[in-house]
Amino acid sequence: MNPADIREEIADILHDIVPDEDLSQLDDEIAFREQLELDSMDFLDIVMELRKRHRVQIPEEDYQQLATMQSTVNYLEPLMKNLEKA
Amino acid sequence: MYDTIIIGAGMSGLAAGIRLAYFGQRVCILERHYTIGGLNSFYRLNGRDYDVGLHAVTNFTPKGTRTGPLARLLRQLRIRWDELLLAPQVGSVVAFPDIELHFSNEFEKLESEINSKFPSQMDNFRRLLKRIVDYNDLDQVVYEMSARQVVEEIVDDPLLVEMIFCPLMWYGNAREHDMDFGQFCIMFRSIYMEGLARPLNGVRLILKHLVRKFRGLGGELVLRKGVEQIAMEEGRAIGVVLDDGNQLTGRHVLSSAGIVETMRMCNESRCEKNPSVGQLSFVETLAVLDQQPRQIGCDRTIVFFNDSDKFHWEKSTELCDVRTGVICSPNNYAYGELGDQDAKLPEGMMRVTALANFQRWNTLPESEYRVEKLRWFDRVIASAVRFVPDFRRHIVATDMFTPKTIRRFTSHDNGAVYGAPDKQWDGTTPFENLYICGTDQGFVGIVGAIVSGISMANQHCLRD
Repeated sequence: MNPADIREEIADILHDIVPDEDLSQLDDEIAFREQLELDSMDFLDIVMELRKRHRVQIPEEDYQQLATMQSTVNYLEPLMKNLEKA
Repeated sequence: MYDTIIIGAGMSGLAAGIRLAYFGQRVCILERHYTIGGLNSFYRLNGRDYDVGLHAVTNFTPKGTRTGPLARLLRQLRIRWDELLLAPQVGSVVAFPDIELHFSNEFEKLESEINSKFPSQMDNFRRLLKRIVDYNDLDQVVYEMSARQVVEEIVDDPLLVEMIFCPLMWYGNAREHDMDFGQFCIMFRSIYMEGLARPLNGVRLILKHLVRKFRGLGGELVLRKGVEQIAMEEGRAIGVVLDDGNQLTGRHVLSSAGIVETMRMCNESRCEKNPSVGQLSFVETLAVLDQQPRQIGCDRTIVFFNDSDKFHWEKSTELCDVRTGVICSPNNYAYGELGDQDAKLPEGMMRVTALANFQRWNTLPESEYRVEKLRWFDRVIASAVRFVPDFRRHIVATDMFTPKTIRRFTSHDNGAVYGAPDKQWDGTTPFENLYICGTDQGFVGIVGAIVSGISMANQHCLRD
Protein backbone atom coordinates (compact mmCIF):
# COMPACT_ATOMS: atom_id res chain seq x y z
CA MET A 1 0.00 0.00 0.00
CA ASN A 2 1.29 3.45 -0.83
CA PRO A 3 0.93 6.44 1.51
CA ALA A 4 -2.31 7.57 -0.15
CA ASP A 5 -3.85 4.12 0.35
CA ILE A 6 -2.66 4.06 3.94
CA ARG A 7 -4.20 7.45 4.56
CA GLU A 8 -7.49 6.27 3.11
CA GLU A 9 -7.40 3.17 5.28
CA ILE A 10 -6.82 5.22 8.43
CA ALA A 11 -9.68 7.52 7.48
CA ASP A 12 -11.84 4.44 6.98
CA ILE A 13 -10.92 3.14 10.40
CA LEU A 14 -11.61 6.53 11.97
CA HIS A 15 -14.98 6.60 10.28
CA ASP A 16 -15.77 3.26 11.89
CA ILE A 17 -14.72 4.46 15.31
CA VAL A 18 -16.24 7.94 15.25
CA PRO A 19 -18.97 7.77 12.58
CA ASP A 20 -20.44 11.16 13.51
CA GLU A 21 -17.24 13.11 12.89
CA ASP A 22 -16.67 15.00 9.66
CA LEU A 23 -13.35 13.70 8.41
CA SER A 24 -13.28 15.70 5.19
CA GLN A 25 -11.88 18.70 7.07
CA LEU A 26 -9.15 16.73 8.80
CA ASP A 27 -5.78 18.50 9.01
CA ASP A 28 -3.03 15.92 8.62
CA GLU A 29 -0.54 17.94 10.65
CA ILE A 30 -2.72 18.50 13.71
CA ALA A 31 -3.18 15.85 16.41
CA PHE A 32 -6.27 13.68 15.99
CA ARG A 33 -7.26 14.38 19.58
CA GLU A 34 -7.39 18.09 18.93
CA GLN A 35 -9.68 17.79 15.93
CA LEU A 36 -11.85 14.85 16.83
CA GLU A 37 -13.57 13.71 19.98
CA LEU A 38 -11.27 10.75 20.57
CA ASP A 39 -10.45 9.38 23.97
CA SER A 40 -7.82 6.81 24.86
CA MET A 41 -10.24 3.94 24.30
CA ASP A 42 -10.96 5.13 20.75
CA PHE A 43 -7.25 5.46 20.20
CA LEU A 44 -6.71 1.89 21.25
CA ASP A 45 -9.29 0.94 18.66
CA ILE A 46 -7.22 2.46 15.87
CA VAL A 47 -4.38 0.16 16.89
CA MET A 48 -6.71 -2.82 17.25
CA GLU A 49 -8.37 -2.22 13.88
CA LEU A 50 -4.98 -2.10 12.16
CA ARG A 51 -4.16 -5.41 13.74
CA LYS A 52 -7.51 -6.89 12.83
CA ARG A 53 -7.59 -5.71 9.23
CA HIS A 54 -3.92 -5.91 8.27
CA ARG A 55 -2.21 -7.89 11.00
CA VAL A 56 -0.05 -4.87 11.73
CA GLN A 57 1.30 -5.10 15.27
CA ILE A 58 2.10 -1.82 16.96
CA PRO A 59 3.94 -1.99 20.30
CA GLU A 60 2.57 0.18 23.07
CA GLU A 61 5.72 2.33 23.21
CA ASP A 62 5.03 3.40 19.60
CA TYR A 63 1.45 4.59 20.19
CA GLN A 64 2.63 8.21 20.41
CA GLN A 65 3.76 7.99 16.77
CA LEU A 66 0.11 7.86 15.80
CA ALA A 67 -0.69 11.37 17.03
CA THR A 68 -1.45 12.96 13.65
CA MET A 69 -2.54 11.60 10.29
CA GLN A 70 0.82 12.50 8.77
CA SER A 71 2.86 10.87 11.53
CA THR A 72 0.61 7.80 11.41
CA VAL A 73 1.05 7.38 7.66
CA ASN A 74 4.80 7.89 8.00
CA TYR A 75 4.99 5.29 10.78
CA LEU A 76 2.92 2.71 8.95
CA GLU A 77 4.47 3.07 5.50
CA PRO A 78 7.35 0.63 6.07
CA LEU A 79 5.02 -1.79 7.84
CA MET A 80 2.31 -1.74 5.22
CA LYS A 81 4.09 -1.16 1.90
CA ASN A 82 3.98 -4.83 1.02
CA LEU A 83 0.31 -5.26 1.89
CA GLU A 84 -2.46 -5.36 -0.65
CA LYS A 85 -5.14 -2.74 -0.41
CA ALA A 86 -8.32 -4.46 0.82
CA MET B 1 -8.82 -23.28 24.32
CA TYR B 2 -10.50 -19.88 24.54
CA ASP B 3 -8.79 -16.53 24.37
CA THR B 4 -11.03 -15.24 27.13
CA ILE B 5 -13.55 -16.93 29.40
CA ILE B 6 -16.09 -14.54 30.90
CA ILE B 7 -18.06 -15.45 34.02
CA GLY B 8 -21.54 -13.91 34.03
CA ALA B 9 -23.85 -12.82 31.23
CA GLY B 10 -24.90 -9.54 32.75
CA MET B 11 -24.34 -6.14 31.19
CA SER B 12 -20.62 -6.03 31.96
CA GLY B 13 -19.89 -9.59 30.85
CA LEU B 14 -21.78 -9.19 27.58
CA ALA B 15 -20.13 -5.85 26.83
CA ALA B 16 -16.68 -7.29 27.49
CA GLY B 17 -17.53 -10.24 25.28
CA ILE B 18 -18.53 -8.00 22.39
CA ARG B 19 -15.27 -6.07 22.53
CA LEU B 20 -13.18 -9.23 22.55
CA ALA B 21 -15.18 -11.09 19.91
CA TYR B 22 -15.11 -8.03 17.66
CA PHE B 23 -11.33 -8.17 17.60
CA GLY B 24 -11.29 -11.81 16.71
CA GLN B 25 -10.93 -13.49 20.09
CA ARG B 26 -12.51 -16.83 20.80
CA VAL B 27 -14.75 -15.93 23.74
CA CYS B 28 -17.03 -17.97 25.97
CA ILE B 29 -19.48 -16.36 28.40
CA LEU B 30 -20.72 -18.69 31.12
CA GLU B 31 -23.94 -17.89 32.94
CA ARG B 32 -25.16 -19.87 35.93
CA HIS B 33 -28.76 -18.70 35.67
CA TYR B 34 -31.19 -19.78 32.97
CA THR B 35 -31.28 -16.30 31.52
CA ILE B 36 -29.09 -13.28 30.88
CA GLY B 37 -28.95 -9.96 32.67
CA GLY B 38 -27.78 -10.66 36.20
CA LEU B 39 -28.59 -7.67 38.40
CA ASN B 40 -30.40 -6.07 35.46
CA SER B 41 -32.50 -8.90 34.16
CA PHE B 42 -36.12 -9.34 33.17
CA TYR B 43 -38.86 -11.91 33.65
CA ARG B 44 -42.41 -12.71 32.77
CA LEU B 45 -45.13 -13.43 35.35
CA ASN B 46 -48.80 -14.12 34.70
CA GLY B 47 -48.62 -12.68 31.23
CA ARG B 48 -46.76 -9.51 32.17
CA ASP B 49 -43.20 -8.41 31.51
CA TYR B 50 -41.17 -7.06 34.40
CA ASP B 51 -37.68 -5.65 34.75
CA VAL B 52 -35.52 -6.80 37.63
CA GLY B 53 -33.23 -3.89 38.39
CA LEU B 54 -34.09 -1.15 35.96
CA HIS B 55 -35.68 2.05 37.13
CA ALA B 56 -33.72 4.24 34.82
CA VAL B 57 -30.69 4.25 32.60
CA THR B 58 -28.45 6.96 34.00
CA ASN B 59 -25.83 8.94 32.07
CA PHE B 60 -28.42 9.75 29.41
CA THR B 61 -27.25 12.25 26.84
CA PRO B 62 -29.05 13.22 23.63
CA LYS B 63 -28.21 11.82 20.23
CA GLY B 64 -25.07 13.36 18.77
CA THR B 65 -23.39 13.98 22.11
CA ARG B 66 -19.77 13.00 21.76
CA THR B 67 -18.60 13.00 25.36
CA GLY B 68 -19.62 11.04 28.42
CA PRO B 69 -19.99 7.35 29.21
CA LEU B 70 -23.03 6.70 27.01
CA ALA B 71 -21.37 8.13 23.90
CA ARG B 72 -18.25 6.20 24.71
CA LEU B 73 -19.98 2.86 25.07
CA LEU B 74 -21.93 3.36 21.86
CA ARG B 75 -18.68 3.99 20.00
CA GLN B 76 -16.84 1.14 21.65
CA LEU B 77 -19.60 -1.39 20.97
CA ARG B 78 -20.38 0.06 17.52
CA ILE B 79 -24.02 0.59 18.48
CA ARG B 80 -26.05 3.55 17.25
CA TRP B 81 -27.83 5.78 19.74
CA ASP B 82 -31.16 5.03 18.01
CA GLU B 83 -30.82 1.33 18.58
CA LEU B 84 -31.30 1.63 22.33
CA LEU B 85 -34.66 3.39 21.99
CA LEU B 86 -34.04 5.51 25.07
CA ALA B 87 -36.90 7.77 26.07
CA PRO B 88 -35.98 10.62 28.42
CA GLN B 89 -37.54 11.05 31.82
CA VAL B 90 -40.50 13.35 32.31
CA GLY B 91 -39.02 14.70 35.53
CA SER B 92 -38.03 13.47 38.98
CA VAL B 93 -38.00 14.84 42.48
CA VAL B 94 -36.17 14.58 45.79
CA ALA B 95 -38.97 14.69 48.37
CA PHE B 96 -38.25 15.40 52.01
CA PRO B 97 -40.93 16.45 54.54
CA ASP B 98 -42.22 19.91 53.57
CA ILE B 99 -39.75 20.43 50.74
CA GLU B 100 -39.11 19.10 47.26
CA LEU B 101 -36.33 19.58 44.75
CA HIS B 102 -37.36 18.79 41.20
CA PHE B 103 -34.84 17.88 38.55
CA SER B 104 -34.93 16.73 34.95
CA ASN B 105 -32.56 16.03 32.09
CA GLU B 106 -32.10 19.78 31.81
CA PHE B 107 -29.65 20.79 34.50
CA GLU B 108 -31.12 24.30 34.68
CA LYS B 109 -34.20 22.80 36.32
CA LEU B 110 -32.21 21.74 39.39
CA GLU B 111 -30.41 25.08 39.46
CA SER B 112 -33.64 27.04 39.42
CA GLU B 113 -35.11 24.80 42.12
CA ILE B 114 -32.16 25.42 44.39
CA ASN B 115 -32.34 29.10 43.60
CA SER B 116 -35.96 29.30 44.67
CA LYS B 117 -35.88 26.93 47.64
CA PHE B 118 -32.39 27.51 49.00
CA PRO B 119 -31.58 30.97 47.65
CA SER B 120 -28.81 31.58 50.18
CA GLN B 121 -27.02 28.48 48.91
CA MET B 122 -26.96 29.37 45.24
CA ASP B 123 -23.40 30.70 45.29
CA ASN B 124 -22.28 27.67 47.29
CA PHE B 125 -23.95 25.38 44.79
CA ARG B 126 -22.05 27.07 41.96
CA ARG B 127 -18.82 26.60 43.88
CA LEU B 128 -19.67 22.92 44.33
CA LEU B 129 -20.21 22.59 40.59
CA LYS B 130 -16.71 23.90 39.97
CA ARG B 131 -15.38 21.16 42.19
CA ILE B 132 -17.16 18.37 40.33
CA VAL B 133 -14.31 16.72 38.46
CA ASP B 134 -14.66 15.36 34.94
CA TYR B 135 -14.66 11.58 34.47
CA ASN B 136 -11.22 11.55 32.87
CA ASP B 137 -9.58 13.78 35.43
CA LEU B 138 -10.08 11.81 38.61
CA ASP B 139 -6.87 10.88 40.36
CA GLN B 140 -6.64 8.57 43.32
CA VAL B 141 -6.10 11.27 45.96
CA VAL B 142 -9.06 13.37 44.89
CA TYR B 143 -11.09 10.25 44.37
CA GLU B 144 -10.73 8.93 47.89
CA MET B 145 -11.63 12.13 49.72
CA SER B 146 -14.82 11.98 51.76
CA ALA B 147 -17.68 13.33 49.67
CA ARG B 148 -19.61 14.44 52.73
CA GLN B 149 -16.64 16.39 53.96
CA VAL B 150 -16.09 18.14 50.64
CA VAL B 151 -19.76 18.98 50.15
CA GLU B 152 -20.35 20.07 53.75
CA GLU B 153 -17.43 22.49 53.53
CA ILE B 154 -19.07 24.21 50.57
CA VAL B 155 -22.82 23.88 51.15
CA ASP B 156 -23.64 25.06 54.63
CA ASP B 157 -27.33 24.17 54.74
CA PRO B 158 -27.41 20.58 56.09
CA LEU B 159 -30.83 19.92 54.60
CA LEU B 160 -29.63 20.76 51.10
CA VAL B 161 -26.62 18.49 51.62
CA GLU B 162 -28.89 15.58 52.52
CA MET B 163 -31.18 16.25 49.58
CA ILE B 164 -28.29 16.39 47.10
CA PHE B 165 -26.89 13.09 48.38
CA CYS B 166 -30.19 11.19 48.49
CA PRO B 167 -30.54 10.20 44.79
CA LEU B 168 -26.80 9.71 44.41
CA MET B 169 -26.67 7.19 47.22
CA TRP B 170 -29.78 5.45 45.97
CA TYR B 171 -28.42 5.02 42.43
CA GLY B 172 -26.06 3.90 43.95
CA ASN B 173 -23.64 3.77 46.79
CA ALA B 174 -22.24 0.49 48.06
CA ARG B 175 -20.92 2.13 51.19
CA GLU B 176 -22.91 3.19 54.23
CA HIS B 177 -23.22 6.86 55.26
CA ASP B 178 -20.62 8.44 52.99
CA MET B 179 -19.11 7.99 49.56
CA ASP B 180 -15.77 8.68 47.91
CA PHE B 181 -15.69 12.14 46.41
CA GLY B 182 -14.74 10.58 43.09
CA GLN B 183 -17.80 8.40 43.22
CA PHE B 184 -19.86 11.47 44.15
CA CYS B 185 -18.61 13.25 41.03
CA ILE B 186 -19.43 10.26 38.86
CA MET B 187 -22.95 9.95 40.27
CA PHE B 188 -23.57 13.72 40.26
CA ARG B 189 -22.72 13.88 36.59
CA SER B 190 -24.61 10.75 35.65
CA ILE B 191 -27.89 11.71 37.38
CA TYR B 192 -28.02 15.49 37.60
CA MET B 193 -25.82 16.70 34.77
CA GLU B 194 -26.52 13.99 32.22
CA GLY B 195 -29.88 12.39 32.87
CA LEU B 196 -32.28 9.49 33.12
CA ALA B 197 -33.97 7.52 30.36
CA ARG B 198 -35.62 4.18 29.72
CA PRO B 199 -36.15 2.01 26.65
CA LEU B 200 -39.85 1.44 25.92
CA ASN B 201 -39.59 -2.29 26.41
CA GLY B 202 -37.27 -2.09 29.34
CA VAL B 203 -33.96 -3.74 29.78
CA ARG B 204 -34.72 -6.77 27.65
CA LEU B 205 -34.16 -4.73 24.49
CA ILE B 206 -30.68 -3.72 25.55
CA LEU B 207 -29.77 -7.22 26.66
CA LYS B 208 -31.07 -8.93 23.54
CA HIS B 209 -29.18 -6.41 21.46
CA LEU B 210 -25.95 -7.19 23.29
CA VAL B 211 -26.45 -10.94 23.00
CA ARG B 212 -27.25 -10.75 19.30
CA LYS B 213 -24.17 -8.67 18.67
CA PHE B 214 -21.97 -10.99 20.72
CA ARG B 215 -23.19 -14.14 19.03
CA GLY B 216 -23.05 -12.46 15.62
CA LEU B 217 -19.35 -11.86 16.18
CA GLY B 218 -18.82 -15.54 16.91
CA GLY B 219 -19.00 -15.36 20.68
CA GLU B 220 -20.29 -18.36 22.62
CA LEU B 221 -22.87 -17.80 25.32
CA VAL B 222 -23.73 -20.76 27.53
CA LEU B 223 -26.60 -20.55 30.01
CA ARG B 224 -27.22 -22.79 33.01
CA LYS B 225 -23.49 -23.33 33.37
CA GLY B 226 -22.08 -22.32 36.71
CA VAL B 227 -18.40 -22.02 37.45
CA GLU B 228 -17.31 -23.96 40.50
CA GLN B 229 -13.66 -22.94 40.53
CA ILE B 230 -11.04 -20.95 38.69
CA ALA B 231 -8.45 -23.41 37.40
CA MET B 232 -5.00 -22.29 38.47
CA GLU B 233 -1.42 -23.18 37.74
CA GLU B 234 1.17 -21.64 40.05
CA GLY B 235 -0.97 -18.63 40.84
CA ARG B 236 -2.08 -18.02 37.25
CA ALA B 237 -5.61 -18.54 36.07
CA ILE B 238 -5.64 -21.00 33.19
CA GLY B 239 -9.36 -21.55 32.88
CA VAL B 240 -12.39 -22.63 34.84
CA VAL B 241 -13.88 -25.78 36.30
CA LEU B 242 -17.65 -25.97 35.83
CA ASP B 243 -20.22 -27.23 38.31
CA ASP B 244 -20.56 -30.37 36.20
CA GLY B 245 -16.84 -31.06 36.51
CA ASN B 246 -15.86 -30.13 32.98
CA GLN B 247 -12.89 -27.84 32.52
CA LEU B 248 -12.43 -25.04 30.01
CA THR B 249 -9.08 -23.45 29.34
CA GLY B 250 -8.59 -19.82 28.47
CA ARG B 251 -5.74 -17.36 28.19
CA HIS B 252 -7.67 -14.88 30.30
CA VAL B 253 -10.53 -15.18 32.77
CA LEU B 254 -12.75 -12.17 33.35
CA SER B 255 -15.33 -12.48 36.11
CA SER B 256 -18.38 -10.31 36.67
CA ALA B 257 -19.55 -12.45 39.58
CA GLY B 258 -18.27 -10.03 42.19
CA ILE B 259 -14.89 -9.83 43.91
CA VAL B 260 -15.76 -11.88 47.00
CA GLU B 261 -17.66 -14.43 44.95
CA THR B 262 -14.74 -14.69 42.51
CA MET B 263 -12.15 -15.06 45.26
CA ARG B 264 -14.21 -17.89 46.67
CA MET B 265 -13.77 -19.70 43.36
CA CYS B 266 -10.01 -19.51 43.83
CA ASN B 267 -8.94 -22.23 46.16
CA GLU B 268 -5.55 -20.78 46.91
CA SER B 269 -5.01 -18.79 50.04
CA ARG B 270 -3.32 -15.86 48.44
CA CYS B 271 -5.71 -13.26 49.74
CA GLU B 272 -4.23 -11.85 52.92
CA LYS B 273 -6.59 -8.95 52.68
CA ASN B 274 -10.05 -10.33 52.15
CA PRO B 275 -12.29 -7.88 50.41
CA SER B 276 -15.40 -7.06 52.41
CA VAL B 277 -18.84 -7.92 51.18
CA GLY B 278 -21.44 -5.28 50.42
CA GLN B 279 -23.90 -4.71 53.23
CA LEU B 280 -26.66 -2.91 51.43
CA SER B 281 -29.57 -4.72 49.89
CA PHE B 282 -33.17 -3.94 49.06
CA VAL B 283 -36.73 -5.06 48.74
CA GLU B 284 -38.81 -3.85 45.87
CA THR B 285 -42.57 -3.88 45.52
CA LEU B 286 -44.07 -3.86 42.05
CA ALA B 287 -47.70 -2.81 41.64
CA VAL B 288 -49.59 -2.98 38.36
CA LEU B 289 -52.36 -0.37 38.22
CA ASP B 290 -55.65 -0.19 36.40
CA GLN B 291 -54.65 3.07 34.72
CA GLN B 292 -51.61 5.15 33.84
CA PRO B 293 -50.03 6.57 37.02
CA ARG B 294 -50.33 10.16 35.90
CA GLN B 295 -54.11 9.74 35.68
CA ILE B 296 -54.14 9.42 39.47
CA GLY B 297 -51.63 12.21 39.95
CA CYS B 298 -48.42 10.17 40.02
CA ASP B 299 -46.66 12.08 37.28
CA ARG B 300 -43.02 12.03 38.33
CA THR B 301 -40.59 9.55 36.80
CA ILE B 302 -38.65 8.88 40.01
CA VAL B 303 -39.40 10.10 43.52
CA PHE B 304 -36.52 9.83 45.98
CA PHE B 305 -38.13 10.27 49.36
CA ASN B 306 -36.92 10.64 52.92
CA ASP B 307 -39.16 11.14 55.92
CA SER B 308 -36.96 13.41 58.02
CA ASP B 309 -34.34 16.11 57.53
CA LYS B 310 -31.56 13.56 57.95
CA PHE B 311 -30.98 10.97 55.23
CA HIS B 312 -29.88 7.58 56.59
CA TRP B 313 -27.99 5.44 54.12
CA GLU B 314 -27.16 2.38 56.16
CA LYS B 315 -27.86 -1.29 56.53
CA SER B 316 -31.35 -1.85 57.79
CA THR B 317 -31.51 -3.28 61.30
CA GLU B 318 -35.02 -4.56 60.74
CA LEU B 319 -36.15 -6.58 57.76
CA CYS B 320 -36.72 -3.28 55.93
CA ASP B 321 -36.09 0.39 56.56
CA VAL B 322 -38.91 2.51 55.16
CA ARG B 323 -37.66 5.91 56.30
CA THR B 324 -36.36 6.43 52.79
CA GLY B 325 -37.17 4.90 49.43
CA VAL B 326 -37.43 5.25 45.67
CA ILE B 327 -40.73 5.33 43.83
CA CYS B 328 -40.38 4.66 40.13
CA SER B 329 -43.17 4.94 37.55
CA PRO B 330 -41.74 3.38 34.39
CA ASN B 331 -44.67 4.90 32.49
CA ASN B 332 -43.44 8.43 33.08
CA TYR B 333 -40.86 8.61 30.33
CA ALA B 334 -41.36 10.53 27.07
CA TYR B 335 -41.86 7.44 24.92
CA GLY B 336 -43.67 9.55 22.33
CA GLU B 337 -40.31 11.06 21.38
CA LEU B 338 -39.21 7.71 19.98
CA GLY B 339 -41.37 8.12 16.87
CA ASP B 340 -44.82 6.88 17.72
CA GLN B 341 -46.57 9.70 19.56
CA ASP B 342 -48.94 7.32 21.29
CA ALA B 343 -46.28 4.94 22.53
CA LYS B 344 -46.77 4.01 26.15
CA LEU B 345 -46.58 1.04 28.44
CA PRO B 346 -49.66 -1.20 28.25
CA GLU B 347 -50.41 -0.88 31.97
CA GLY B 348 -49.61 1.49 34.80
CA MET B 349 -46.81 0.42 37.11
CA MET B 350 -45.42 1.72 40.39
CA ARG B 351 -42.24 0.30 41.87
CA VAL B 352 -41.16 1.14 45.39
CA THR B 353 -37.74 0.21 46.73
CA ALA B 354 -36.64 0.15 50.36
CA LEU B 355 -33.41 -0.73 52.13
CA ALA B 356 -33.42 -4.26 53.53
CA ASN B 357 -31.31 -6.59 55.65
CA PHE B 358 -30.17 -9.70 53.81
CA GLN B 359 -29.33 -11.82 56.88
CA ARG B 360 -32.70 -11.19 58.48
CA TRP B 361 -34.61 -12.14 55.33
CA ASN B 362 -32.37 -15.09 54.63
CA THR B 363 -32.77 -16.71 58.04
CA LEU B 364 -36.57 -16.62 58.09
CA PRO B 365 -38.21 -20.04 57.91
CA GLU B 366 -40.13 -20.44 54.65
CA SER B 367 -43.62 -19.86 56.08
CA GLU B 368 -42.52 -16.74 57.94
CA TYR B 369 -40.72 -15.49 54.84
CA ARG B 370 -43.99 -15.49 52.92
CA VAL B 371 -45.85 -13.72 55.70
CA GLU B 372 -43.17 -11.08 56.09
CA LYS B 373 -43.19 -10.43 52.34
CA LEU B 374 -46.88 -9.62 52.55
CA ARG B 375 -46.49 -7.52 55.64
CA TRP B 376 -43.61 -5.49 54.27
CA PHE B 377 -45.28 -5.07 50.90
CA ASP B 378 -47.99 -3.14 52.69
CA ARG B 379 -45.58 -1.17 54.86
CA VAL B 380 -43.33 -0.17 51.98
CA ILE B 381 -46.26 1.13 49.97
CA ALA B 382 -47.79 2.83 53.00
CA SER B 383 -44.48 4.64 53.44
CA ALA B 384 -44.42 5.68 49.78
CA VAL B 385 -47.95 7.12 49.65
CA ARG B 386 -46.89 9.79 52.12
CA PHE B 387 -45.03 11.29 49.17
CA VAL B 388 -47.16 10.41 46.13
CA PRO B 389 -50.94 10.14 45.65
CA ASP B 390 -52.34 6.96 47.16
CA PHE B 391 -52.47 4.44 44.34
CA ARG B 392 -53.37 1.42 46.45
CA ARG B 393 -56.99 1.06 45.38
CA HIS B 394 -55.85 0.95 41.74
CA ILE B 395 -53.62 -2.08 42.17
CA VAL B 396 -54.58 -5.10 40.02
CA ALA B 397 -51.44 -7.23 40.33
CA THR B 398 -48.32 -7.29 42.46
CA ASP B 399 -44.89 -8.81 42.74
CA MET B 400 -42.08 -8.32 45.18
CA PHE B 401 -38.47 -9.27 45.57
CA THR B 402 -36.33 -9.41 48.68
CA PRO B 403 -32.55 -9.60 49.24
CA LYS B 404 -32.98 -13.35 49.21
CA THR B 405 -34.51 -13.20 45.72
CA ILE B 406 -31.60 -11.09 44.51
CA ARG B 407 -29.09 -13.54 45.93
CA ARG B 408 -30.94 -16.48 44.47
CA PHE B 409 -31.00 -15.19 40.91
CA THR B 410 -27.73 -13.30 40.71
CA SER B 411 -25.51 -15.27 43.11
CA HIS B 412 -24.23 -11.98 44.50
CA ASP B 413 -23.45 -12.27 48.22
CA ASN B 414 -25.90 -10.56 50.55
CA GLY B 415 -28.01 -9.57 47.58
CA ALA B 416 -25.69 -6.55 47.47
CA VAL B 417 -26.91 -4.84 44.35
CA TYR B 418 -24.17 -2.22 44.39
CA GLY B 419 -21.49 -4.71 45.31
CA ALA B 420 -18.61 -4.34 47.72
CA PRO B 421 -17.82 -0.96 49.28
CA ASP B 422 -14.16 -1.06 48.21
CA LYS B 423 -13.90 -1.28 44.46
CA GLN B 424 -11.09 -2.90 42.47
CA TRP B 425 -10.57 0.00 40.11
CA ASP B 426 -7.89 -1.61 38.03
CA GLY B 427 -9.85 -4.84 37.78
CA THR B 428 -6.94 -6.99 38.90
CA THR B 429 -6.98 -9.76 41.47
CA PRO B 430 -4.13 -11.39 43.39
CA PHE B 431 -3.98 -13.93 40.55
CA GLU B 432 -2.42 -13.48 37.14
CA ASN B 433 -4.80 -13.59 34.18
CA LEU B 434 -7.84 -13.32 36.46
CA TYR B 435 -9.67 -9.99 36.28
CA ILE B 436 -13.00 -8.65 37.42
CA CYS B 437 -15.52 -6.35 35.84
CA GLY B 438 -18.95 -5.11 36.76
CA THR B 439 -20.23 -3.59 39.96
CA ASP B 440 -17.21 -4.54 42.08
CA GLN B 441 -14.74 -3.11 39.60
CA GLY B 442 -16.27 0.26 40.15
CA PHE B 443 -19.17 1.41 38.04
CA VAL B 444 -22.77 0.71 38.96
CA GLY B 445 -25.92 0.81 36.95
CA ILE B 446 -26.46 -0.27 33.37
CA VAL B 447 -24.18 2.25 31.70
CA GLY B 448 -21.63 1.79 34.45
CA ALA B 449 -21.57 -1.97 34.07
CA ILE B 450 -21.25 -1.78 30.29
CA VAL B 451 -18.40 0.73 30.53
CA SER B 452 -16.76 -1.49 33.13
CA GLY B 453 -16.90 -4.56 30.87
CA ILE B 454 -15.52 -2.57 27.95
CA SER B 455 -12.71 -1.00 30.01
CA MET B 456 -11.55 -4.21 31.62
CA ALA B 457 -11.66 -6.12 28.34
CA ASN B 458 -9.64 -3.35 26.68
CA GLN B 459 -7.12 -3.06 29.45
CA HIS B 460 -6.47 -6.66 30.32
CA CYS B 461 -7.62 -9.02 27.61
CA LEU B 462 -7.01 -7.28 24.31
CA ARG B 463 -3.45 -6.17 24.31
CA ASP B 464 -1.53 -9.34 23.70
